[in-house]
Amino acid sequence: MAADSTRPAAAIAAPSTLRLFWRDFAANRAAVAGLAVLVLLALAAIFADLLAPYSPYEQFRDFVRVPPVWDARGNAAFLLGTDEVGRDMLSRLIHGARLSLFIGVAVVVASLALGIVLGLVAAFFPRWPAIVILRAMDVILSVPGLLLSIVIVAIIGPSLANTIVAITIVTLPNFVRLVRAAALSEKTRDYVVAARVAGAGRLRIMFRTVLPNCMAPIIVQAALNISNAILEAAALGFLGLGAQPPTPEWGAMLASAREFLQSASWIVTLPGLAILVTVLAINLVGDGLRDALDPKMRSG
Amino acid sequence: MSARPLLEAVGLAQRYVLPRRLFAPEAVVHAVAEASFTLEPGRTLAVVGESGCGKSTLARMVTMIEPPSGGRLLIDGADVAGADAATLKRLRGEVQIVFQDPYGSLNPRQTIGDALAEPLAINRPQTSRAERREAAAEMMRRVGLRPEYADRYPHMFSGGQRQRIAIARALMLRPRILVLDEPVSALDLSVRAQVLNLLIALQEEFGLAYLFISHDLSVVRHMADAVMVMYLGRVVEQAPREKLFAAPLHPYTRALLSATPVADPERPRARARLKGELPSPLAPPPGCAFNPRCPLAIAKCRVDRPALEWRGETRVACWVA
Repeated sequence: MAADSTRPAAAIAAPSTLRLFWRDFAANRAAVAGLAVLVLLALAAIFADLLAPYSPYEQFRDFVRVPPVWDARGNAAFLLGTDEVGRDMLSRLIHGARLSLFIGVAVVVASLALGIVLGLVAAFFPRWPAIVILRAMDVILSVPGLLLSIVIVAIIGPSLANTIVAITIVTLPNFVRLVRAAALSEKTRDYVVAARVAGAGRLRIMFRTVLPNCMAPIIVQAALNISNAILEAAALGFLGLGAQPPTPEWGAMLASAREFLQSASWIVTLPGLAILVTVLAINLVGDGLRDALDPKMRSG
Repeated sequence: MSARPLLEAVGLAQRYVLPRRLFAPEAVVHAVAEASFTLEPGRTLAVVGESGCGKSTLARMVTMIEPPSGGRLLIDGADVAGADAATLKRLRGEVQIVFQDPYGSLNPRQTIGDALAEPLAINRPQTSRAERREAAAEMMRRVGLRPEYADRYPHMFSGGQRQRIAIARALMLRPRILVLDEPVSALDLSVRAQVLNLLIALQEEFGLAYLFISHDLSVVRHMADAVMVMYLGRVVEQAPREKLFAAPLHPYTRALLSATPVADPERPRARARLKGELPSPLAPPPGCAFNPRCPLAIAKCRVDRPALEWRGETRVACWVA
């Protein structure tokens, strides 16, 4: 009986949070464009095996350094041309999207999870746990990010997985400090005191009461950090410390082809453009998220 | 009147030590000193005073958010200070609080149904989700909200509705003591009366003891059975309501009463204006803390602090009164 009486009310409920969010997000045209590009990239990454015309590793020895199809010497079989050993550029770029997005997402998920735990602990245990965590983060921050990730990779060895570990460590302080700051400001609010009076334990207050109210700036930071991670991974790849050839990682592709900058510029330009477009799209989406989720951080 | 009080505070005190700064001596703030009072079922004790007089600190001690730095707090005869974890958990359930600002006291990311069910989920984990929802719906009906609103978020409600939600949440554990920390001062006048009447009805229904904190004497007059006037952390006058409003003894109480607007233009207005500011609680004046602003102050007031003494049914701390 009581359950039935609640049914019609659901129909007249106020617009859902998601719909409100989308309305704010869609007001930012650039963010929607960025999202569209990002969705295309993500689809390309997910369905790389179906979309790519060739294997990214297959070398067509008769078609080395074929220019893209719009060039007079182009070949319709290789839409974006081939690289210095005759691999299809389009296939390598599509597979590279998979790698780059995976790195970006993996880094952010890892540093987000760690950052939330460490940040909340730093906010709720102000004595030595906070001191240890915050000083450790200061140490990480005191070394330039790329330099530190080079050091870490040099120690644990260059590979894709280790790249992710290194960039996660470099990104971590951003999240820890953000989570801590947000949690500190939320924790003194009356609703947190009310939860304590209701008997909520410290863990419950940390993760169930305070954390959901800190999520807006954290999500924004996470989105913007995906592009940072992609850039760092590309930089490490370019320096030969990230993904190893013949992996079709955009940064590594740039590095192995840079001697052809004059003679076969597309081999260098196309991965560079791919990085640019991806990072730009993610940043636009991040800005849109910030405007929609976190009006306080809005710029201008 | 003769039964054992539900809550008894004896000489309750709270002092905060401010961290030492360079070239500054250690500073101690006596936020509350020597507060003694009792709460009884179905009765309301009002605490009145300017901002900064220790009202909210008192609320935090009574709700066991902060342990007092001195004095004893007995709830249902059990001393809070010496209680073991299980007793403390039970006692916490007996005392709940409603805050002043209904915009800050509800979790913005929690539906109000979840907010009401949460105290039960924490303290009575053996109840089923459906039972808790039913209890929340029942309490929403009780405070005058439609139970269909359970899936909405706090930002969809008005200030008065939010305060009803906050009251409902405080009552979910069926406490016997409710601390009301300026529960209506953030509400506009028309809503204020509704919420006060709701509080009176709930008090009768559940036999609640209220510790009603306010700076608004017209509200206090409507609600209280007894009144405690505080100034700079100390109780200056404690009296039954009729006595306090009919014959205030302490000059500070008189000043407060004369500052309350009266809806009667014919009545002659004799305002006892207070001069000066509330002194810093870091450096309270010697003697009676009120002496720099008191119209009746004599030499003794500047040297010796008067103790709280009985004058008939009233207790007052003043050399002159």
